[in-house]
Formats: sequence, structure tokens, C-alpha cells
Amino acid sequence: MAHGSSGGTPFKNPVVRWVDSRLPIFSMMVKEYGQFPAPRNFNYFWNFGALAMIVLMVMIVTGLFLSMHYTAHVDYAFNSVERIMRDVNFGWLMRYIHANGASMFFVVVFIHIFRGLYYGSYKKPRELLWIFGVIILLLMMATAFMGYVLPWGQMSFWGATVITNLFSAIPLVGDEIVTWLWGGFSVDNPTLNRFFSLHFLLPFVIVGVVFLHVAALHITGSNNPKGIEPKGPQDTLPFHPYYTIKDMFGSGVFMIIFAMFVFFAPNYLGHADNYIPANPLVTPAHIVPEWYFLPFYAMLRAITFNIGIPFTGVTIIEAKLGGVITMFGSIIVLFFISWLDTSPVRSARYRPIYKWCMWLLVLAVVVLGYCGSQPAEGLLVVVAQICTFYYFLHFLVLMPLLGKLERPLPLPRSISEPVLREPGAGPLPAGATAKPMEKS
Amino acid sequence: MWKRACVLAALACVALGGPASASEGATHPPAQDWEFNGLFGTFDLASAQRGLQVYEQICHACHSLNHVAYRHLGELGFNEDEVAAIAANYQLSDGPDENGEMFDRPAEGSDFFVPFFANEEAARAGNGGAYPPDLSLIVKARSGGADYIYAFLTGFEEPPDGEELPAGRYWNEYFPGHQLAMPNILDVNTVEYTDGTEPTHAQMAWDVTNFLAWAAEPQMMERKQMGLKVVLFLLVFTALMYAVKRKVWANVHH
Ligand code: HEC
Ligand code: HEM
Repeated sequence: MAHGSSGGTPFKNPVVRWVDSRLPIFSMMVKEYGQFPAPRNFNYFWNFGALAMIVLMVMIVTGLFLSMHYTAHVDYAFNSVERIMRDVNFGWLMRYIHANGASMFFVVVFIHIFRGLYYGSYKKPRELLWIFGVIILLLMMATAFMGYVLPWGQMSFWGATVITNLFSAIPLVGDEIVTWLWGGFSVDNPTLNRFFSLHFLLPFVIVGVVFLHVAALHITGSNNPKGIEPKGPQDTLPFHPYYTIKDMFGSGVFMIIFAMFVFFAPNYLGHADNYIPANPLVTPAHIVPEWYFLPFYAMLRAITFNIGIPFTGVTIIEAKLGGVITMFGSIIVLFFISWLDTSPVRSARYRPIYKWCMWLLVLAVVVLGYCGSQPAEGLLVVVAQICTFYYFLHFLVLMPLLGKLERPLPLPRSISEPVLREPGAGPLPAGATAKPMEKS
Repeated sequence: MWKRACVLAALACVALGGPASASEGATHPPAQDWEFNGLFGTFDLASAQRGLQVYEQICHACHSLNHVAYRHLGELGFNEDEVAAIAANYQLSDGPDENGEMFDRPAEGSDFFVPFFANEEAARAGNGGAYPPDLSLIVKARSGGADYIYAFLTGFEEPPDGEELPAGRYWNEYFPGHQLAMPNILDVNTVEYTDGTEPTHAQMAWDVTNFLAWAAEPQMMERKQMGLKVVLFLLVFTALMYAVKRKVWANVHH
């Protein structure tokens, strides 16, 4: 079943043996990707980590080729992207893969994060693993934001202006910080140059954090849909061939969807205004960020009121600063959920109330996404406020409280023996049927 | 749980795919049956070639086409001599020569479309202060794409009763805000098509839109052809992986 053997170098090839006895990278690969014992009950949500890894590599390769032809200067950036599209061999392919790849990256990572939230993968002992994940999300957002500025279209320019201006909400030093970020008194050539430089750098920082993320995973081992730890070999399968082949199948499905966008609807997820060259004198009718930022954008705009001491008229936090804190807070709060969630049960499968809260959270984020795509007017502002309220309620109040109040369903005794039937035990988990003990 | 996930995913698509609010005060352009629509869509080259004629003889007087080079017209079905002949109709300023002088010369295949106006200021001065936008990317730069451009070109009308138009302003059903500085040029000017097609207003609008759709995305046909091969390959690959996965997992009960 698994390759290799315990102890000594198991390799036949003399060169591999020679290297491995000096630097055991081949042994490591066999241990971490061949034999690595993975719970036997993964569902397809466990494909998304591998998918994220694939997109990251695709982004780096296509980005590298784009940067060979791209010119980071306000007078040439837009034109250089058009030269890539029209005159560079397969330039259009590189650019469309890169632009749609960013969207695919976020789809995959959002689902990956949802998986972690639903099955409690952030809980002890995987806290650090989760924190590395949140750092990756932040780095991805910074990278994608600066990447979107590079083609120097109208949305590039105005998106950059709106988002960098947020820092001016910081009391006292806000304006100085914005000038420092811009390298001038508006978004201009110095801004474009530094964004290109950072956009080139950050993906490699992401690679580094992904390495730590995966290293931490291989210390704790994977979580699984039941949220209980494997009790022995009957609960696990060697990563290869079982999950390598499952990941290959999953990547196939993913690449079909990815290819449909790249080849048949390459601009569907983009915005028409970004094919108009940046013009500091003309503001677009609606400045909207890329779709993956819309929920956060909606939270930013949901805070339309100053926060102060009631009945005194004293303002402590201006609406603008409140919005910025809310937006960044929505990610920062994720750093703490390992400790905010007090329930000893990981998987939402066995948490009848939390399960519904989780789906409500997803709904709130989707609705926020819609609100973010529309002008912030009328009823939608109230809807966005309610959803923002629920988002924070979920993490800051429901997570700590439900752990104490909710009565979880009985947990299975082990992964391979899913049903616990003891006299007086609660109802069966939905869909569970008794199965004989399995051996692998 | 998958059912719920699917419902939410569908909701997300509706929420995010919905047009980010149509611009105020403009009618939604009706969808047209373009030959380049769909997975197998190709450019209608005959129409696009006529559209080039419309662009050169009418639109070029105001609008530039900066991202298109004459040599690109080869992809539109013109041979090298025809491309050279089209280019040679345009004069551009080049230099400096060995004496340090700038000089005029006819354009060549490797040059980009020579604009009528030397710069944006000149274009504005010639159009009552309004800037006629570059048309190379116009189809991708407007939501509604080709449908919008065609609707726009055929959407000039008399203003509704009671609406006063300032001098040099015209009324268009589909233009955001309705008032603009471009006249209903296809009613004023006409071309004589070399292939004998009757140059009606709608025909010229249709042809020039086909040409502009090509100009915005000249690699579209190559892209779709490659896409079909890639997706076909991926389907076979994925089916194969699925079969192997079934086989590998056959002895695992779960
Ligand atoms: C007499 C000069 C002139 C001619 C000739 C002309 N246009 Fe225009 N066009 C303009 C001006 C000026 C504008 C900008 C209008 C405004 O913003 O008020 C414009 C705007 C446009 C727009 C942009 C509309 C929008 O949604 O912003 C399109 C598309 C367009 N023209 C297409 C064409 C085509 C195709 C032709 C040839 C059939 C053509 N024009 C001929 C002057 C001209
Ligand atoms: C984490 C991975 C990455 C993400 C999420 C990302 C995201 C983006 C986005 C959203 C754009 C704008 C696309 C458009 O609308 O045109 C972009 C452009 C660009 N990126 Fe990246 N990128 C990544 C990695 C890289 C890397 C590693 C490089 C260089 C080695 C790179 C180089 C470029 C260049 C040159 C452009 C401008 C060309 C263009 O706009 O198409 N990117 N990126």
C-alpha cells in the first residue's frame, strides 16, 4: 500500500540513495506525501487546500511571464497590457489566466475557510495552523488589490484611490500615512511603481507562509468531517494513493471550470470600466471593487453613523473610522476564534444549533456581497448593517455562548465506527446508519 | 449539506453576477444575434471588413484606434498587399532623420492606426469640448458590449417633448444621460461598400460594430478554438482520474 519501509533508505536508485543519506528529502517526501496518514472519511471539501496550492503556482508562473512584458509607468502600463493581449505570443492566455486565476484563488480559499469553520478545524490543536491561514488570506488580499491596480484602468486608479484613502481615517496621523503610502499627493506614478514591486514580492511571501501552514498541518494531522481524532490505523489511509488520486480528480473538475472562464468568459468577472485608461479627472459613476472584496466593502460602508457617548454629543469614533475598523476587524476576528469558540465539539454535524448559525453566516456574507455591488442607498444600507451585525455576533457572542448552552449530539466513538448506540443517548446524527467495524 | 451549499452558491452567483446597477437614465440595449456569440462563435469577417470601411471613412474623422496596427488587419482576412495599400492612405510624422529634421511619410503595416487629431486637446477642440473616445477597446469598455454599441449607433432620436438640447448636443436613447456631443453621423454620412451591400444606417452600424468587436478582442477565435481543445482534454483527463479513483478506493468501505 505505502511505499518505503521504516528505517534506513528504502530507495533503489543509487543517486537517490546517495542524496537521501546526506539530505533526506526523498524520505521526507515519502513520509509526508506518501505514507502521511490521513483520516479515511474526508469529503470533497478536503480537496480545496490542494486546489489553492495549484492556483498559487499558476499565478506565480503566469505573473512571471506577464512581468517580462509589463511596464510599471502611468504613461505605459495600460498600453503594455494591451501589447501583451495583442502582440505577445500567448500573452492573452497568460493575462486571462492570471486575471481569472485571482478570482479562482478566492473562490477556492473562501470554500477552504468555510470548510475549516464548519468542521471546527481551527480548534485545539490546530490553532497555529489556522492563524497561518488567516495570514495567507490577508496577504492574498493585499496582493490581489495591488495587482488590480497594475493595468491602470479606471477601476484600477479609482479603486486604489478609495482604498488607500481609508487610511486617512486614522486619527492624527492619517493624512501623513496616506501621503506616505502614495509617495506623493495622489495615486500616481510612485504608487504604481511600489504596487508593482510589492505585487511581485508578496506571492513569494505567501509561498513561505503556505510552507509553514502545511508544516503545521503535518504536525497535528488533518481534521475530518466528524471532527474526532483518528484512534488508530483503521481510521486512516495513506495519503498516496488514496488522496493523491482524489486530489487529481478534484483538480480536473476545478480546471474545467477555470478553463471555461479563461477561454469562454474571460471578462465576465471583471469590470468594463477597467478597459478605459485611468483618468484622474473623470470619476466612474460607481466605483466597485473586484467581487471577492464586495462583502468587506459592504461592511466598510455599513457604518454610516458616528459612535460616541449617548446623550452628550461627544463623538469617539467617526463613521469613516468605524467603517475601516469594521472592515479590517472582520478579518482580524478570525485570528481569535480558536479561543472564542468554547465548544469541545469540532464538527458542526454534531452541533444542531451552531450548524444553523454557520449557514446564516454564509447567507450574511453572500447578502453583504450583493450590497457591496450596489450603490449604498436606502434599504440596502440597513440590510448591510444587519448582516454586518450578524457577522460579528456570530464570532463574538454566539461562538462563546453556544459552546456552553448547546447540547451536542452524541459523537461517534471513532471514525471507522460512526454510530454510538448507548442506552439513553440522544438522537442519531442524520443519515448515519450502523456499519460493521472496518479494517484497511 | 451539499444541497444547502448549492442553493447558497446559486444565490451568490445571482447576487454577484447581477449587473452592478445599470446607469441611470438609459435604456437597456436589446440582445443581438452576433455571429461571435457562444462557444463556437466566429467573427463575421465580411461584415467586419465592411465595418473597417465605415470606420475609415466616417468614424476616423473623430475617433482614434490606437491599439490596432495595420498589420493586425491580416487577421481580418486582408493579404499583405491589401494591408500595405490601406496603410499607405495615412500620413504620419516620423524622425528625426540624419539632419535632425522631422519628416512626413506614408504609414506602413507595422504602424498603428494614425489618428486624425494629433492629441486629445485637438480632438476636444474639434468636438465642442467633448472627447471622442478611442475605439480600440470600446466594445469591452462598455457594459452591454457589442449590443450596446449597436443600440447606441442606431439609438439617435429627437429629444422627448419639452427637453431642450444645448447647441452641439444630440439625444440618444441608450447613452447614459441621453445627451451627448456626437451627431447621428450614420444618417449624415454614408459609404459606398466595395462588395455592393446596401449601406443602410442599420447595416453600417451592424458592420462597424462587428469591426470594433474584432478590434477589441482580435484573439477571440484563437482563444475559443484553443478553449475547446483544452476543455475536451480536461474532460477526458478528469473522467480518467475518476475511473482510477473508483478503482483505488474500491477496497475501502466508507
Ligand atoms: C463628428 C465627430 C464624430 C464622428 C464622425 C463619430 N463620433 Fe462617436 N463620438 C464623438 C464624440 C464627441 C463622442 C463623445 C460624446 C460625449 O461624451 O458627449 C463620441 C462618442 C462615441 C462613443 C461612446 C459612447 C459612450 O457610451 O460613451 C461611441 C461608441 C462612438 N462615438 C462610436 C462612433 C462610431 C462607431 C462612429 C462611426 C460610425 C463615430 N462614433 C463617429 C464624435 C464623433
Ligand atoms: C498570490 C498570487 C497573485 C494574485 C492573487 C495576483 C493578482 C493579480 C490581479 C488581480 C491582477 C490584475 C489582473 C487584470 O485585471 O489585468 C494582476 C496583474 C498582474 N500581476 Fe499578479 N497576482 C499574483 C501573483 C503574481 C506574481 C507572482 C507576479 C510576478 C512574478 C505577478 C505579476 C503581475 C503583473 C505583471 C500584472 C499586470 C498585468 C495584468 O494586469 O494582466 N502576479 N495580478
